[in-house]
Order: sequence, then C-alpha cells, then structure tokens
Amino acid sequence: MPDDRELRSTGSGQTLPTDTFPGQAAVDEMVVMRQEPAPETDEALARRPLGLLFWLALGWVGLVVLLAVIANLLPLPNPNLQNYAAINVGPSLHHLLGTDDLGRDLLSRIIYGARVSLVVGFGAVGIGMAIGGTLGLISGFRGGKLDIVLNAASFVILAFPAIVAVIAIVAFWGQTLAKITIIIGVATIPVLFRVVRASSLAYANRDFVVAARTLGATSTRIVFKEILPNVIPVAVAFGLIAVAGVIVLEGSLAFLGLSVALPTPSWGNIISEGTSNGNLSTNPYILMWPALAMFLLLLSINLIGDRLRQRFDVREGLL
Amino acid sequence: MLAYLAKRLGQLVVVGFIISILVFLLVHLLPGDPTVVILGPNDTAHNRALLLAQLGLNKPLYQQYWIWISHVFSGNLGESYVTHESVGHIIATGFPIDLELIIVSQVVAFAVAIPLALFTARRPNRPVDNVATTGTFGLLALPPFVIAPVFVAVFAVALKWFPATGYTSFTTDPATNIHDMILPGLALTAASIAVYYRLLRSDLISTLQEDFITMARSKGLSNRYIMMRHAFRPSTFSLMAAAGVNIGALLAGTFIVEYLFAMNGLGYSIVVAVQQRDYLVIQGIALVVAIAYVVLQFIVDFLFTVVDPRVTRE
Repeated sequence: MPDDRELRSTGSGQTLPTDTFPGQAAVDEMVVMRQEPAPETDEALARRPLGLLFWLALGWVGLVVLLAVIANLLPLPNPNLQNYAAINVGPSLHHLLGTDDLGRDLLSRIIYGARVSLVVGFGAVGIGMAIGGTLGLISGFRGGKLDIVLNAASFVILAFPAIVAVIAIVAFWGQTLAKITIIIGVATIPVLFRVVRASSLAYANRDFVVAARTLGATSTRIVFKEILPNVIPVAVAFGLIAVAGVIVLEGSLAFLGLSVALPTPSWGNIISEGTSNGNLSTNPYILMWPALAMFLLLLSINLIGDRLRQRFDVREGLL
Repeated sequence: MLAYLAKRLGQLVVVGFIISILVFLLVHLLPGDPTVVILGPNDTAHNRALLLAQLGLNKPLYQQYWIWISHVFSGNLGESYVTHESVGHIIATGFPIDLELIIVSQVVAFAVAIPLALFTARRPNRPVDNVATTGTFGLLALPPFVIAPVFVAVFAVALKWFPATGYTSFTTDPATNIHDMILPGLALTAASIAVYYRLLRSDLISTLQEDFITMARSKGLSNRYIMMRHAFRPSTFSLMAAAGVNIGALLAGTFIVEYLFAMNGLGYSIVVAVQQRDYLVIQGIALVVAIAYVVLQFIVDFLFTVVDPRVTRE
C-alpha cells in the first residue's frame, strides 16, 4: 500500500537499549532523548482547531459519498448508455462534464464510478480492521506465544509485495466488486494488525488496566471497557489513511484493467480510458475529470486522517 | 556487528524460503487453467490431460514445488508456456527497467526532500514550512495512475517535449534512455518526496531541540554546519526505514508506468503473464521481486548499523 503508514512499523532504529553502554551513559541519554517528540509541538498540534481545510476535506468526502449513494435518484443518464449523437462533446448544460469517445456522460460515469472506490476503500479496510484489528487487540493485550507467532507472521507477509499477490488473485478469481473488496481487505490485515497491536500493547500495562485487573475485572471486560476505547481513535485515524491507500490500490488495478470488469465505470478505468485510443489529444476531459476527483478525494481523506491522528496524539514512533 | 548481520542474513534466508512457498501456492491454488490459454477453449479433454502431463502439472503439488525450486537453485526458472521465452531471459531484460525507474525516482525524491526538510525544519510553522508541508500532502494524493497520464497529456501530447511511449536501453543510447526515463521517473517520485520530506522534517525538529545542538550553537558553529554535521545523521532512521518499505510500494507504481509507457519491465510482464495463466513466468517474477524486496530490507538494516553501530548490540 503506497502510503507512509506502514513505514513506521519498521522504525527499528528507534528502540535502542540505553543500559548496555555504561561508559557512554551521558552521550546515550542525549541521543535517546531526541527520540521523544518535542512535547510543545505535539500538544500545540492537538489543541489547534481542526481548521478550515479539515472541514473542506470533510465536505468533499461527504459530497462524494452522498452522490454515490443517491446516484440512482439523480437525473443522470445511464453511465453505460452510448449516445453516438454526442461523442466527445465538451462540458455543456446537457452534459455537465461532457461525454467520452463512446458518447457516455462523464458526470454520470464519475458518480457511479465513485461507488467502486468508496465500496472497495471502506469495505476492504472494514474487513482488514475486523480481522486484523481484532487479532491485534487480543495479541497486544495477551502477549505471550500468540503474540510472538502473529507478530512474526505479519512481518513475513509484509515482506511480500502485496501488489503482486493482489494482481494475481484478482486475475484468477474474478473481477467483481465483492471479490476485489475481499482480496484487498485480506491484504490490509497485516498492516492494520500491526497498528492496532502496537496501540493495544501500549495500554496493556498502564496503571488503569492493572487497577481494573486488581479489582477483579475479567479479561473480556478489560479489553472492551479499558483498552478498546483507547485504541479506537488510533484505529480510526490510521484506518482513514489506509482507506486512501486502498483506493489507490484499486485505482491502480483498474488502470491495469484488473478491477471491476468493464463497462462498469470506476475512476481508475475512466482514467485508463482517457489515455487510450488517442483520447489524450482528442478529448483530455476523459482523463482530467476523474483524475481531479481522485486527487481531491485522496487529499481530503489524508488530511482528515492526519488531523485526527494529531488530535488523538498518536505517536508515530509507537509503531 | 558480523554476528548481527549473520543473524539478519539467516532470517532473510528463512523469509526467502517461505516466500518461495507462498509464491508457488499463490499461483497453483488459484482457479484458472493454463491449457485453456495454450490450446484455446475448444480443445478436447484428452489433449488437455496430455498437455498437463507434459507440463508436469498433473503431479502432486509438493513434487511440483520440489521440481521448480530445485531448478531455481540451479539457475533455471523455466520457460513461458505461451511464448516459450525463458523466464530468466524475461527477468534479465525486465529487471534493469524497473531498477532504473526506481533509481531515477528515488534520486529525484531524495534530492528534493532532503534539502527542503533541512531548510524548513530550522524554522517550523513559518509560512514557508506551512506551504511546503501542505504541498507535500498534495503530492501524496497523486498516485502514479493519476499523475503519469496527466504528465503524458501535458508534456508528451500537448507540449511534445518527451516521447509518450517507448524505452531505449541505456547501453544502446544513453542520451535517449535518460530522455525516455524523465517522465516515468518523475511520475513515480511524487509520493516518495512527500513521505521522505515529512519524516525527515519531523525527526529534524526533534533533533534540533537536543542539548548537543544547543551546545553546538553556543560554540558558535554556523547553522549550515550544525544542520549538516550534527542534526542530519541522527535524524535519518525513519527516512531509511521509509525508503526501504517505500521502494517496495513503488512496485505498484512501476507496474502502472510500464503499462502506460509500454516498457517491457517486470511489472508489464507479470500483468501479461497473469492474464495468460503463464504459471512459471508469474512464479519467477513474483519470486525475484519478493526476494529483491527482502534483500533491500537487509541493506536498510545494514545501513542502520553504519549510521548507528549501537543497533547491533541488542
């Protein structure tokens, strides 16, 4: 997944033992201290209001979701209707964003195409979170052999470039929306496992958890009442950034002709269509509109995720 | 240090072995019949069975794996069912293209991200810093499948500065090769710039609040000297870890770029092979890519030990 979230999991240089070099204690202390993020900066970021950009971003995501949901109710032509009387027409009142080289309405194709990006994006992360997140929550809390095995497994799987596996499985198994969502969802399990596990681990030995255990709370109760509420903000913030990553992966597959089968529109395959058949010179709108919509959607999701991450004070080094 | 590297190398061999099994199972457990592609959909069941036997695909899976992996160790990755080209040859012609794409994009990414981070981290939250930091968010939202076609539309089709497709190997004609590489390389670089810049900037800001920096300042050392000699090295851990993982993530991008620019790289070959159920080609390329990725992680670990020898003394 091409985003910066999984990178943090490999920050192995951050966990240096400090007690092994008695002679260099002073030097080490300085070097180790630098790994604590500056407290003022973090607090300032957390207290800063969410900002206009955040609300604009939320507005754009909301608009895209709304249009995708109510697409059937909108006065739009069928996205696959080929109108040979109106091929490659520019934006007009009749076709707000123009038509493509087969005379299909671009606005309609983009709105219906948004469904693919959104369903795959949120659906896959939902699957990954349900499985990887649950495992991570338990693994981080329980520790022990289970944790060692799951942790090692997640590393081995992450050593495998996901795109290769996803391309192969999609091509062999079938190019339907549900299958693609499941395949990418499974591919996100190891990353989301690591995020949630790290967060769960950080809370497993905090005083309030120990206190709850002393009071006789069951493990189930501790996980649900003490740990989960603290892990959820982290999971939501990173989950959103993962959604952006999954949307990119789906778009890449669609571009390669390996996402939902044509003629079902998706932003990736409209972009791909925009680059073929000489459309780049005859009708650049086919490429431009979905590219712009995709850019704004990814920008918005990343902005929202990043602001939430700062707000919840998630330490990047934690992972 | 040698013991540490030996341990990492041992892990690498284990991971490589597991990956070879995963790659094999991935290809063989999935539905899809290579005989349909080779013989066409209308051939008889008898001919299919004959061909399966001829290709060795009727044997039990563990035997097939053994045959494959023992050939791999003797340097023979098999040949394509479809074109009969040797898989080794496909990889030998494709790999340099991926490698060059990745090198070009990463050199550009570092060349932009490092100076920019060194410049803005000194005075965080000033207008220049805010513009750069927000700007990199924009770059993160430009995956190759969005930016590469836009580059082609603008620089190749409209302005005609660069060719829209094609690849000339470096040894044939270095000048043309580099010219061909500019658009695809730049299309891959956007997200890397953003990731590297953000990580280095935030690490530099932390480092700059350390006592030894204050100490250096009080000695009257110049800002430039402090940034380059004191602050930069201890701030590069996240950057290196990121580079290791990011280059793996770039693979998806190289697939897109090779597909769009019609370059015969590994990404292009594997997409074609997958569509044709060309088992040995998929297995070979997936194995090489995965091993290259694991080796890269090993190199990153090694660089950690160079930048901070304490890593080895866990």
